[in-house]
Amino acid sequence: MYAFTYHQPNDVAAAVALLDEDAKLLAGGQTLLPTMKQRLASPASIVDLGKIGELSGISREGETIVIGAMTRHADVAANAAVHQAIPALAALAGGIGDPHVRNRGTIGGSLANNDPAADYPAAVLALGATIVTNKRELAAEAFFHGLFETALGEGEIIVKVRFPIPQKAAYQKFRNPASRFALVGVFVTQTKGGARVAVTGAGASGVFRVNALEAALGASFAAAALKDATVPAEGLNTDMHADAAYRAHLIVVLARRAVAAAG
Amino acid sequence: MIHVSMIVNGKAASADVDSRTLLVQFLRENLRLTGTHVGCDTSQCGACVVHVDGRAIKSCTALAVSLEGAEVTTIEGLAKGGKLHPMQQAFQDNHGLQCGFCTPGMIMSAIDMVNRKGSHLDEHTIREELDGNICRCTGYHNIVKSVAQGAREMATAGAAKAAE
Repeated sequence: MYAFTYHQPNDVAAAVALLDEDAKLLAGGQTLLPTMKQRLASPASIVDLGKIGELSGISREGETIVIGAMTRHADVAANAAVHQAIPALAALAGGIGDPHVRNRGTIGGSLANNDPAADYPAAVLALGATIVTNKRELAAEAFFHGLFETALGEGEIIVKVRFPIPQKAAYQKFRNPASRFALVGVFVTQTKGGARVAVTGAGASGVFRVNALEAALGASFAAAALKDATVPAEGLNTDMHADAAYRAHLIVVLARRAVAAAG
Repeated sequence: MIHVSMIVNGKAASADVDSRTLLVQFLRENLRLTGTHVGCDTSQCGACVVHVDGRAIKSCTALAVSLEGAEVTTIEGLAKGGKLHPMQQAFQDNHGLQCGFCTPGMIMSAIDMVNRKGSHLDEHTIREELDGNICRCTGYHNIVKSVAQGAREMATAGAAKAAE
């Protein structure tokens, strides 16, 4: 790891004041620190968000679950309000990485990083969550911009994420046997507005929704509605672990399993 | 250099460190607590697991300077008065190791597992929860047996302590 100047501000305003183009925000560090150790990133300064209390916490506000950006995966997985309102979100958080990663990694860090195989982007997109920054509120569709890219601008920090509570939801992932990341992950939801299906791990441009599957589930939210469904392989990843056709097949299989699991 | 202070195994510890010093380097190089191992150094193998403020983390993937004021427990902090912690004793009883390199991380993870999941752990739960700890010798069988015994004996030891 190359040397850097370290800052540990106590509030969001102080953190923003420390940001410049050579600075990186440190949330849970479970991606950034390994990246820096491999010298794939070499920020001149690190702004550690770890002591900003206002960024952590989980609450239910009416029909919405609000999760602070620095809330650890383990805390989302164990939270009673999340379990009661969106059990699929608790289960997703409890399946990220391993227990030690879940004790450090944060929802805000995961979303800002927008790894194309990360779990949280699928939940945010399928649940139609709102990402609240220090400057504005972003709908999930407007937030994710391809591989490791988001709508976040200079001096912008994720503060919290608001998840509308769905009628039903479930997440299923097929893990890469080596990395344990999602080879494909599918998050399905049923809401008053219809069904939503978001896919992580498979898209060459990151997380995306599958309109054809949403239409089929909108007519009938049952695994049988996807019996003959197919997803085109165009735009999906091909790599040493799986080709695009295999991932396309997995999307439908996992969508069916998720709908069945949602009950 | 940044001055960092923690409570490590119940004792105040501090040092002036470079900002890029990892927690595991602080423990091993500054405090000479070499029971915490570096295996993969890529946050996968779990040989470096320690407890920070009661939670198991990979000490190769945390900056020491982030953890100012934290309470840290390492493998050296488990035995009390010359007596092994029940989880350490269980690994000895069940031969839950061969080369021993992964063992400190296994034991720290196992204790965290009991703290979160209770003392009645079935085999499936133990294997799932050891997702972040890799052993290249044993095939895990005796590690799983060790964790199950250690979990039961932690409950017994806890009950005995509460009765005192």
